[in-house]
Amino acid sequence: MMTTTQFDTLPVQATLTPGLVAVAMSGGVDSSTVAAVLQQQGRPIVGLTMQLWNQRRLPELQGQGPAQHRCCSLDDVYDAKRVAQHLKFPHYVVNFETQFEDRVVRPFVDQYLAGRTPIACTNCNTDVKFEPLLRMARQIGAGCLATGHYARIRRNEVTGRWELLRARDDSKDQSYFLWGLTQEQLSRSDFPLGELTKEEVRALARRVNLPVAEKPESMELCFVPNGSYVQFIQSYSRERGIALDQREGEIVTENGAVIGRHNGLHQFTIGQRKGLGFAAGKPLYVLAIDPQNNRVVVGEDDALRATTCELKNVNWISCESLRAPLRADVKIRHKHQAAPATVVALDATRARVTFDSPQRAITPGQAAVFYSSEVVLGGGWIR
Amino acid sequence: MKRVYLDHNATTPVEPEVLDAMLPYFSNEFGNAASIHTFGQKGRGAVETARESVAALIGARPQEIVFTSGGTESDNHAIFGIVGQSLLPASSSQSSAPHIITAAIEHEAVLNTCQALEKAGVAVTYVPVDREGRVDPDSVRRTIRPETVLITLMHANNELGTVQPLEEIGFIAKQADVYFHTDAVQSAGKIPIDVNSLGVDLLSISGHKLYAPKGIGALYIRGGTHLRQFLYGGHHQRGFRPGTENVPGIVGLGKAAELARASLAQDNERISALREDLEQGLLARVPDSKVNGGAAPRTPNTTNLLFPGLEGEALVIALDLKGLACSTGAACSSGAVEPSHVLTAIGLPPEEARASLRFSLGRHTSAEDIEFALQVIPAAVAQLRELSPTYRREAAARP
Repeated sequence: MMTTTQFDTLPVQATLTPGLVAVAMSGGVDSSTVAAVLQQQGRPIVGLTMQLWNQRRLPELQGQGPAQHRCCSLDDVYDAKRVAQHLKFPHYVVNFETQFEDRVVRPFVDQYLAGRTPIACTNCNTDVKFEPLLRMARQIGAGCLATGHYARIRRNEVTGRWELLRARDDSKDQSYFLWGLTQEQLSRSDFPLGELTKEEVRALARRVNLPVAEKPESMELCFVPNGSYVQFIQSYSRERGIALDQREGEIVTENGAVIGRHNGLHQFTIGQRKGLGFAAGKPLYVLAIDPQNNRVVVGEDDALRATTCELKNVNWISCESLRAPLRADVKIRHKHQAAPATVVALDATRARVTFDSPQRAITPGQAAVFYSSEVVLGGGWIR
Repeated sequence: MKRVYLDHNATTPVEPEVLDAMLPYFSNEFGNAASIHTFGQKGRGAVETARESVAALIGARPQEIVFTSGGTESDNHAIFGIVGQSLLPASSSQSSAPHIITAAIEHEAVLNTCQALEKAGVAVTYVPVDREGRVDPDSVRRTIRPETVLITLMHANNELGTVQPLEEIGFIAKQADVYFHTDAVQSAGKIPIDVNSLGVDLLSISGHKLYAPKGIGALYIRGGTHLRQFLYGGHHQRGFRPGTENVPGIVGLGKAAELARASLAQDNERISALREDLEQGLLARVPDSKVNGGAAPRTPNTTNLLFPGLEGEALVIALDLKGLACSTGAACSSGAVEPSHVLTAIGLPPEEARASLRFSLGRHTSAEDIEFALQVIPAAVAQLRELSPTYRREAAARP
């Protein structure tokens, strides 16, 4: 999944427009402010807005009226254009719908159907934004691609490696979604908001009168209207000719007792409580999703805790590879409080994480990301 | 920054003389051409003069010209009008659904109109084209059946410039007693048009492709052709096209038609020589490049080039950043970038269709402009290919 071959053999010399930076613009306040910040630094910029998903494609998911403030709605493309016109720099809409579907949407749905809980944003970063978009940015003469991510990049003069760091504003930090970036990708990326807080970004946007300065933030998955990924998975699968309504199965306890039925594994995620009821007065949680037997295993909160997990597609950022066991703070989901653990490499792309104390709901499909204070050492997908 | 515009098939600048002719009709001579009084009469006079100029450009009679909002309306009017008329009780002697013949490379204004009719039960045949984008008149002949009511084939293609053998098809249509419409949006003003020698009954023109403003067009309707009412309203333009006449636009189109008629021969010679310089220059300087549809008769201003191993979208952006405006086949900012249906129809695989660019020259394109293009395009192609995973793989595989 994480191929690095596209970048391995890049020729170093290219006829770059001196200093030209491409800005990935979603039409939101963050990426628009990136453009403003870079312009204030006197750097020539070009805006690129990715068209990733046709919002009219699954019409049953649309509510009444046009989609508002969602990625790839025409509104957002126009917002990006308005910002570019306001700040007077060239801007283009570029179409990556095919790549987005192949590398983000279909894997996202497939993972859910296989009982895992995927992170679409990480795939989008690693395989779309910092892959074909970055390549296009370079092809049109830009030396690097700037995005509105809240994270930081710096070059470690001692090791010579590009490092990924948490954002200064911890509440906005998005480094968890960027662990898959290669050295080549990091060397050609720029996160100008990494040193700023959200408030500072809004203030900046207002100061330069960005037309999107007051635009509300979108927290949802960009391609899923109205936030219902279950509906999305059903509609998308129907379009592909996969009938999910025939995927009913059993809900069982740890010792195999059937306590109910489910209508599709994709509706469940590890640690979920909603809709499961109680047993002996204690709330029940999803402990495991078993695609082989099409079962959801439930139990009490205690049983959700585990100390170890195995990772695949591991990417190392701060070092070439791991030779000795590593002590790190490991985050197992975006909103998880990083917990102390030991990471051991199993081979070049696999690793095992053992936490000092049990962690709740370690979920296959999510990522484990290793931190040493503010530095992201690397990460991998939880198997 | 120096900017060179090689996208005249998308739109053209309003000629200064055209603008000058239009200006009085916004504020001074603002009368409604349908009014009785002097204000109205001045507008009427201007509209009728323009009608004569447009008629003269295509060898028609003035009363056969109806002004519309542009090429899309003209195409819709012609196609819906003929098919709608054939469905009226008086004329539908046949019991089966009417049939239309069109081509796979038509503009969306025609294609989507035909598809809408198809959904309503009308039968449509999309005749194929050869590798150069030409329709074989014989294939049209073979496709005609008793229910055929309309043949609609574009005169010149917007992406390739290919000119269709309309005379032969017009003859076939006449023999079969089938109405014949052509979308001449890309040929009017670029090559000579005579509705009688082409044998067309209906012909669409768009103002902004021939140095008139956007929002004005014309439909030629041969005398005696019965079209079902397309728009309902007042009795403007003898009821053919209700709606208060866009006097400044009409005056602009008239002036533009007059200018085109006067300079067509000389423009042709100059522009086709420049196109030749551009084409030969690029073929010589860009390895593996080739011309799409180059072996057919073409409008003198258009060339479509294939640069294997790159995304046309990226090249258009790279060139725009260097000051050169051109386009990929389809101008589509939303929705999947489907490879151009025209390039697909001439047999290009999707990756080649996506690696093709259109350059369309105009009346004000200069030798310096072409020189500039010949400087920036090879460099931009090389830069894109250097970073293209596919081109380097292909190059490596080459013996």
